[in-house]
Amino acid sequence: MDSDTVVSLPHAVEKLVNAGDTIALEGFSHLIPFAAGHEIIRQGITGLTFCRMTPDLLSDMMIAAGGIDRLVCSFFASGSAGSLYEVRRRIESQDPAPLPVEEYSHHAMTLRYHAGAARLPFAPISSFVGSDMPGINPDIRAVVDPYTGKKIHVVPPLNPDVTIIHAQRADRKGNVQIWGIAGVQQEAVYAADKVIVTVEEIVDDEVVRADPNRTLIPAHAVDAVCVVLTGAHPSYVQGSYDRDNAFYREWTPISQDPARLREWIDTHIRGTKDHEEYLDAIGRDRIAALRMAPRPSGSVDYGRRPDASTERSSR
Amino acid sequence: MTTAADFTETELVVCAAAKMLAHSNTVFAGIGLPTLAVDLAHRTLNPDIQLVYESGVAGAHPESMAEGIADSVVVSGAEAVVNMHALFGYVLQGGNVDVGFLGAAQIDRFGSLNTTVIGDWDSPKVRLPGSGGAADIMANAGEVFVILRRHDPAALPSELDFVTSASPVRAAEHPDFIQPRGFGVSTVITPLGILRRKDRLGELELTHVHPGVTSEQVWEQTGWDLVVSDDLSVTQEPTAEEVRLLRDEIDTVRLYLR
Repeated sequence: MDSDTVVSLPHAVEKLVNAGDTIALEGFSHLIPFAAGHEIIRQGITGLTFCRMTPDLLSDMMIAAGGIDRLVCSFFASGSAGSLYEVRRRIESQDPAPLPVEEYSHHAMTLRYHAGAARLPFAPISSFVGSDMPGINPDIRAVVDPYTGKKIHVVPPLNPDVTIIHAQRADRKGNVQIWGIAGVQQEAVYAADKVIVTVEEIVDDEVVRADPNRTLIPAHAVDAVCVVLTGAHPSYVQGSYDRDNAFYREWTPISQDPARLREWIDTHIRGTKDHEEYLDAIGRDRIAALRMAPRPSGSVDYGRRPDASTERSSR
Repeated sequence: MTTAADFTETELVVCAAAKMLAHSNTVFAGIGLPTLAVDLAHRTLNPDIQLVYESGVAGAHPESMAEGIADSVVVSGAEAVVNMHALFGYVLQGGNVDVGFLGAAQIDRFGSLNTTVIGDWDSPKVRLPGSGGAADIMANAGEVFVILRRHDPAALPSELDFVTSASPVRAAEHPDFIQPRGFGVSTVITPLGILRRKDRLGELELTHVHPGVTSEQVWEQTGWDLVVSDDLSVTQEPTAEEVRLLRDEIDTVRLYLR
């Protein structure tokens, strides 16, 4: 069973992501699964509905590569890179094709994953009274609160065919540990039919079991774990490598020029066999310079019942 | 307190915002000028102020200037990191945020905001970033501060191209709905002056003009018949100490002070 869960990223994507799927790639600035998105581009999977709260550079790349038919999100820019020009070209001038968009607020997207994860029919939200957003998104509807008789907006569950996230580490069974900004990953994973987790490292079972509270995603929710070192570049992994802020700044002129953007994708994604070759193309010195200095947590003591171990060993 | 010998428009705006945070406990802010304002308030008027980021970080103690709301430096050494369901559900919608900071491309006289499109949503002239957390912050923060980078009839029009984040005045047009808890926009700081709303269902009034600006200039640059407050005053200029803190301790790399 263990060997079934831990697979290569190309294998996981080939097996679990199909043309026409609804896919969610989550990670809020931190732990963005860039390597997995690149692999979807390499495999040329098309007709995808792409769900991501803050689409970021990853959506610019995936949309420009041609595999995305529909975008479900709550923000259309990158925090520090500013505009996502491929997204803007698609929406403002249908260049090279229109891009249907389903838009929400951050809280609404969070609640959609929550309702999806809990298999609820909808989730209520108080953000849209008087807003024009329900007018442009027919899926933001209203129900009557059975307790007060007043109306409240609701959003539907979001159940992706596949959710993909990146994390610091997992064990061989697929218990995934995350620290730092954990965003909406737990909800997005439980909402999905199939789940791929890329990790910086596979650790021994004992490492996970020494700190079970840090396991955000238990193994029962995970279909594939793939070791992809530096798999979140140019975003970051808390405690490992920092965000490549220069890359985000350099993205603006690339994104502004459709020809240059497509050339970048051809060179760095389609022209590389896998993520290791992508990192070669980016430059190993550049990647090495992102390494963080250590700042370890204090450890906590989970304790053990004093006689439990003696009892077990005496059996 | 001696007035600073020289100060920029950005420094004036940040210092004005900081002074208004003297009595706030929890502030929800994006990166940029709001972060500077909260940091300055923390060092001058309000040592107990707590900054909450929409990334889930509460009580950040960054060792260097953060380049984003989810920068690794806001996590290392922070007092708490919660997931986004807890942040938007319990922290924000649960009523634990006193002041939310928002930016906008357009604001109307009641403090509704447009961050979605210029033109029609179906065929936009400019596609803007959308809500992000803005609609959620507007509905649920105790009050909202807005910092605008320009003050002209396009940014302060009589009618918004799109209402992303609705003021309680617009929400009240739908009395069959459970009403949002927040006051909406209380304060707007622009390059020309400060506009404030006194009543939850009232409209913005010009309460301050920046040094060298007249109320007539502000009125002309506003897309509606802007009410000028009876006790109109001039925005307090930054003190030498405030400018020193901003330049020499808070934003030493000039990431946001320009």
